[in-house]
Amino acid sequence: MNRLAIPKTYKLYIGGKFPRSESGRVYEVLSHKGDFLANAAKGSRKDARDAVVAARSALGGWAGATAYNRGQVLYRIAELLEGRRAQFIDEIMSSEGGNAAAASAQVDEAIDRWVWYAGWADKYVQVAGNANPVSGPFFNLSVPEPSGVVAIIAPQGSESLLGLVSAIAPALVAGNTVVVVANENAPLSAISLGEVLATSDVPGGVVNIMTGSPAEIAPWLASHADVNALDLVGAGDLDWVELQISAADTLKRVLPPENGADAAAPALSRILAFTELKTVWHTKAIL
Amino acid sequence: MTNSPLAADQPDQRALALIGGEATDANLRRYLHGIPGIDAVGLEARAADLGTRSIKTSSKRWAIDTIIGLIDLTTLEGADTPGKVRSLVAKALVPDPGDPGCPRVAAVCVYGDMVGAAVTALGSAHAAGGTEGINVAAVATAFPSGRASLAVKLADVHDAVAAGADEIDMVIDRGAFLAGRFGQVYDEIVAVKEVCRRADGTLAHLKVILETGELNTYDNVRRASWLAILAGADFIKTSTGKVAPAATLPVTLSMLEVVRDWHRLTGVRIGVKPAGGIRTSKDAIKYLVTVAETVGEEWLVPHLFRFGASSLLNDVLLQRQKMTTGHYSGPDYVTID
Repeated sequence: MNRLAIPKTYKLYIGGKFPRSESGRVYEVLSHKGDFLANAAKGSRKDARDAVVAARSALGGWAGATAYNRGQVLYRIAELLEGRRAQFIDEIMSSEGGNAAAASAQVDEAIDRWVWYAGWADKYVQVAGNANPVSGPFFNLSVPEPSGVVAIIAPQGSESLLGLVSAIAPALVAGNTVVVVANENAPLSAISLGEVLATSDVPGGVVNIMTGSPAEIAPWLASHADVNALDLVGAGDLDWVELQISAADTLKRVLPPENGADAAAPALSRILAFTELKTVWHTKAIL
Repeated sequence: MTNSPLAADQPDQRALALIGGEATDANLRRYLHGIPGIDAVGLEARAADLGTRSIKTSSKRWAIDTIIGLIDLTTLEGADTPGKVRSLVAKALVPDPGDPGCPRVAAVCVYGDMVGAAVTALGSAHAAGGTEGINVAAVATAFPSGRASLAVKLADVHDAVAAGADEIDMVIDRGAFLAGRFGQVYDEIVAVKEVCRRADGTLAHLKVILETGELNTYDNVRRASWLAILAGADFIKTSTGKVAPAATLPVTLSMLEVVRDWHRLTGVRIGVKPAGGIRTSKDAIKYLVTVAETVGEEWLVPHLFRFGASSLLNDVLLQRQKMTTGHYSGPDYVTID
């Protein structure tokens, strides 16, 4: 007797939970050959709004955690990714095509990138911060602090998992919380990453993953007054100049789209892109 | 029903006629326990059903402005200072500095000793019981517990009225109510109402807080509502906000039903004020729907319906900004309380 397979429902990941889209909409995710793979939730502007609320409420705890603790939590994600290798390889092969070796290499690269960024958590402040020489008896210290809630349009090309990891990890390192719109055509690994995050030590709301149309959701995130920064790395096919203009209305930090194989390449500059430099003066000695 | 013999000029006589004798424990118990019981499942289902209405675009716009005009902007903290009250009043006068078209709230609600500061801060915007401007409401009678002697409670009310409070939010003695000493609760309300009289003979508006979170059953809420109205309450208010659960939709619905029945019986309109726990405009809109569907839209005016809230106003302002600009707003764009 043939067993009836149980297909998985791919939902959003918002505030540590897996809700369906409030709109009730889904869209078909197709394999690279055009076969039906799954129904994924088609996130709406209200889901984006809810995600921003979740990200905002998680910000205090995440930004306030010690850098060492954040590094540990991020490293733990890499550990869990390692345990789920087979699932990610399977999903990547079915949605992006390619052979097992290529998919495996992408997963490896994604895990290594988590670890690389996790290591920066308690180091980037030393590199980017400074003790400034001033003409007076003061300590003058500049330290980078997280910008706040970062909205990200994940890379939309091939390598869906690696692209997503490359976009969200640097924002998390500094203590930002993230609302990310996943790769529209290959969202399965993004939702599986959400499952990894839900079972790791990342507090709910620190990462919020939406599936659906970036063209529909991005303008709402760009104009949202409670979003502090916008990473348009995967927005190359959208009207991203318009997005930048509406982001400017609320003084957001914006990273422009990147295309090609080395889009969102690992770099300290990606971490620092979503930080604000705070400078403090302190008297040098008590007389 | 306005020609009913019960709509007498003497409210206390009317109450006594209804009770059928003096307001003794026995008479009140016979009357209040004669009121039909509440179908709790039905009440909750009705409230949940009223909460499912979809209010969009122009209706939502109207609802949001109406909600702002019905808010008693409240600060009831031990740490309140005259400065805090001044900033509360500033917010009540201009809820959204970015939009001069934003309506004002109905009243500010403070502790009795802060009434003077609120009146001074309001200046010419003090409505003093009129329809233009903002009223000052004071909680009194040993708020929130009500655990003090009657003399202390009355002195508390007297001070607040003398300082210029237009509305008095009194708490009932829940202990006496739950113990069945209805006469004591009744007499206290009557006494407080008398102390609400100002030097010129006018009365400060009396809101009676039932503290429904401590009454345990919907039947008790209904009885307490009747008791408060019989004793002369102008408003019945759900909660102090210091006890959980505070205002809930089913409790407010049951109180609105009493108000509706009282209006049918006597032609007199009593106000209702849900307070505490209403934090989002979505919740507040559910209350508007419930009021309109239970007692009618004419109740959606400041002298018949209020929201006791502090954080609600900011959420309503965010929704208002979203509707005005078309973009989602954020907490950085409203004032911090």
